[in-house]
Amino acid sequence: MALTLATTAAACGGGDDGGTTADGKTKLTVATFNEFGYEELIEEYNAMQDDVVVEQKKAGTANEHQDNLYTKLAAGSGLSDIEAIEVDWWAALMEQSDAFTDLSDPEVEGRWLDWKTEAATTPDGALIGYGTDIGPEGICYRADLFEKAGMPTDREKVAEMFGTWDEYFEAGRQFVKKVPDVAWYDSSGATAQAMINQVEYSFEDEDNTVIAADNPEVKEVFDTVTSLSEEGLSTNLVQWSEDWTASFQDDGFATMACPGWMLGVIEGNADGVEGWDIANVFPGGGGNWGGSYLTVPAQGDNVEEAKELAKWLTAPEQQIKAFEAKGTFPSQVDALEDPALTESTNEFFNGAPTGQILADRAEAVPFIAHKGPKFADINTAFQQAIQRVDEGKESADEAWDSFLADVERLG
Amino acid sequence: MEAGSTAVKPVGDTGASVSPTGDRPRQPRRDVVRRPAWRQRLSMLDAKVSPYVFVSPFFVLFLVVGMFPLGYTAWVSVHQWGLLSGQGDFTGLENYRRVLEDRYFWNALRNTISIFLLSSIPQVVIALVLAGLLDTQLRARTLWRMSVLLPFVVAPAAVALIFGNVFGDRYGLANEVITWIGLEPIRWHVDTLASHLAIASMVNWRWTGYNALILLAAMQAIPRDVYESAALDGAGRVRQFTSITVPMIRPTVIFVVITSTIGGLQIFAEPRLFDTQGLGGSDRQYQTLTMYLWELGWRVRDLGMASAVAWLLFLIIIVFALVNLLVSRRAGSLKGVHRRPGSPKGARR
Repeated sequence: MALTLATTAAACGGGDDGGTTADGKTKLTVATFNEFGYEELIEEYNAMQDDVVVEQKKAGTANEHQDNLYTKLAAGSGLSDIEAIEVDWWAALMEQSDAFTDLSDPEVEGRWLDWKTEAATTPDGALIGYGTDIGPEGICYRADLFEKAGMPTDREKVAEMFGTWDEYFEAGRQFVKKVPDVAWYDSSGATAQAMINQVEYSFEDEDNTVIAADNPEVKEVFDTVTSLSEEGLSTNLVQWSEDWTASFQDDGFATMACPGWMLGVIEGNADGVEGWDIANVFPGGGGNWGGSYLTVPAQGDNVEEAKELAKWLTAPEQQIKAFEAKGTFPSQVDALEDPALTESTNEFFNGAPTGQILADRAEAVPFIAHKGPKFADINTAFQQAIQRVDEGKESADEAWDSFLADVERLG
Repeated sequence: MEAGSTAVKPVGDTGASVSPTGDRPRQPRRDVVRRPAWRQRLSMLDAKVSPYVFVSPFFVLFLVVGMFPLGYTAWVSVHQWGLLSGQGDFTGLENYRRVLEDRYFWNALRNTISIFLLSSIPQVVIALVLAGLLDTQLRARTLWRMSVLLPFVVAPAAVALIFGNVFGDRYGLANEVITWIGLEPIRWHVDTLASHLAIASMVNWRWTGYNALILLAAMQAIPRDVYESAALDGAGRVRQFTSITVPMIRPTVIFVVITSTIGGLQIFAEPRLFDTQGLGGSDRQYQTLTMYLWELGWRVRDLGMASAVAWLLFLIIIVFALVNLLVSRRAGSLKGVHRRPGSPKGARR
C-alpha cells in the first residue's frame, strides 16, 4: 500500500544524470509547459552544436510544472538546466532570486519590451529571466456556430461587435437564445481571468498588500461572471479539465478569450473541427494574459551552456519560429516589426493573419497588471469561488463570503 | 531462529567456566581449557550476535529512510519553515494549533475517512469472496489468479487518467451509460458522495486483486481434511467458507485490513489527479489529508504546517490501526475458532 507522497513523482521527470550523455557530450534539459513551440528549434540547435545535446521536458499544465519547480527548488537539486516560468507566479519566485543565475549580458540589452525586462530585474539589477512570449488577447470564435445564430461571421465584422465587455456579453445573450445547446464562452473562470488581467491592481496593491477583499473591481468581475452563468452563457466547465478539453470536440461553446499561446492549445484540442477564426478585438481595449520567461537555476551543472541556449531560444528570429509553430507571441522588440511575424497567417484559424492581429492586440494593451507574490494563490481561490457558483454548490453571495475567508486564510 | 538456538545450546553448556556445583575448575586444567574457551567464546558471540548483524541492514536502512524523515518532520513541524525560504524561528506547537483551527483540516479528515470506508470495506469483502472463488477447482486456474493482479500493475497516474475520462461530468463514459438507461447523469466531480465513490472505485479497482491473492495464499494453507469432515457433517459451501475458511485465515485478514487502512488513509494520487486544480474540487469536497498536506507545503509553501499535518496523520493512522486490530481480533474470536492452521500436510496445492 505505497500510496504515499512518492506518487507525486507522477509530475516529476527523471533523475539527475550529471549533465553528460554516454558519448561525453554536455546534456542540457529545458523544462516547459503547455506549448512553447520549441520542438523544431531544439532540433535545429542540436544540429548546430557538436558538443551539446538538448532535451525538452514538457508538462501538461502550468500547475503541474509549478509544483515540480517548487519541489526541486526547495530540495536544491533536480531542476532542469533551463526552467520556464509563467508570469502569474513570477513574483513569488523573485523573492528567491538567489536560486537563479544572473543572466544580464550586454548582447541582450534592449531585446525585449521594457516592461518585460523590468519585471525580471531584481532590485540589485540582476536579470534572472529571458522573456519568451507575451499573451496579447483577441477573441477566438467559431464562425460556423455564428452563422447558425444568424450572426456575422466575417472577422472584421465580428471585431466591431466586441468593443466592450457589455457588448460582448449582450451578443452572447442573443447567441444562446438562437442556439440554446451551445454556450457563449468556454469557462467562467477563464473569462474572469481575462477580466482580472485588465485590472492594474487586482488582488495586491503596489506594496503587495492584499486588497482582494475590499477591491470593488474584483467584486464587479465576480458578480458579472457569476450572473452570466445563470443566464447560460458559460459552459460551467473548469478550464483544463477533461470535460473542458472534450467540449472543443462537441460544439460546447462559440467564443473564448484568446491569448497568443492559446492558439496552439485550441488547434490541439479542436483537431478536426472546422470553423475556428480569430477577431482583431478584445473587450475593454486590450489585455495581456500570461507569457513566460526562461530562467537558469543556479543549482545546474552547466550554467554557462544553459545561458547560451536560453539566449539563443529567446532571440527574435527563434521566437518568430516558435510563434509560427504554436502561436506564442514574441516579447522581443525586433520580432514585432519583422515581416516574418506581421505577414504570418494561420491555416487552422481560417487563414487569419494572426501575426498582424496579435501585434495589434499587443499594441492595445494599456498596462501590465501587477501580480505580487500571493497572486497565484488568491487567484486559485477566486477561480474556485466562481466554480462553486457554476456548479450550484453555493449561491453567489455564499461563494463570495467563502472567498473572503480563503483570502484571510492565505494571509 | 529455531535452528540458531539449538546450535547455541551445546556451546553454551560446555563453555561454562563455572561448573554447575559452583566449584572452581582445578588449576592444571586451566591451560588446556584456555584456548578452546576463547574460541568457544568467540563462536558463542558469533552465534548470538550474527543474527542481529544479518538483520541489521534492514534496520539501518529503516533508521536512515524511515526514522530520520519522521524525526526531521517533527523538527520542521515545531518551526516556522517556508518551502523556499527555509528554516525560521522555533514556534513550539504553534503549527499544530493553526492546523487544528483550520476548517479545511477537519474537512480533509472527514473526506479521508469517508473515502477510506468506501474503499477499504468493499475492498476486503470483495477480495475475500474473490479469493474464496479462486480457491475452488477452476479450469485455467493460474490464468484467473494472474488476471486479478493485472490492475495492480497499471500505474496510479494511468488509472486516474482512465477513470478521469470514465467519470467525466459531461462527456464521461459512466454518465453516457447512465443517461442511456434513462437516469439523470451524476455529477462525479461536484457532488461530495459521488466524487468519493468515483475515487474509491479507482482505489478498489487497483487493490482488490492484490489483496485477493494474499488471502488466497492463506486459504491454500488450510488443511483440506477440515473441509472433508465439515462436508461429512453436512456443511454446505457457504457454511464452510464462513465457519472454516474465514476464521482460519484470520491473521492474514488482519494483515490485509491494517495495510489497506494505512493505504486508505494516505490516499493521494487518485483524488489529486481527479481535479485539475489539485485542491480536491471547488469546495474541497474530495480533498484528503495528504492533499491538504500537499496544499500547505507546495501551494501555501508552509512546510512547518505541512509537517504538523504529517504528524497528525501519523497519529491518526496509529489509532485506526489499533482499533482495527482490536475489532478484527474480536470478530475472529467470536467464531469460537482459536486453532491456527495446522501442518501444511493437508495443503494439497
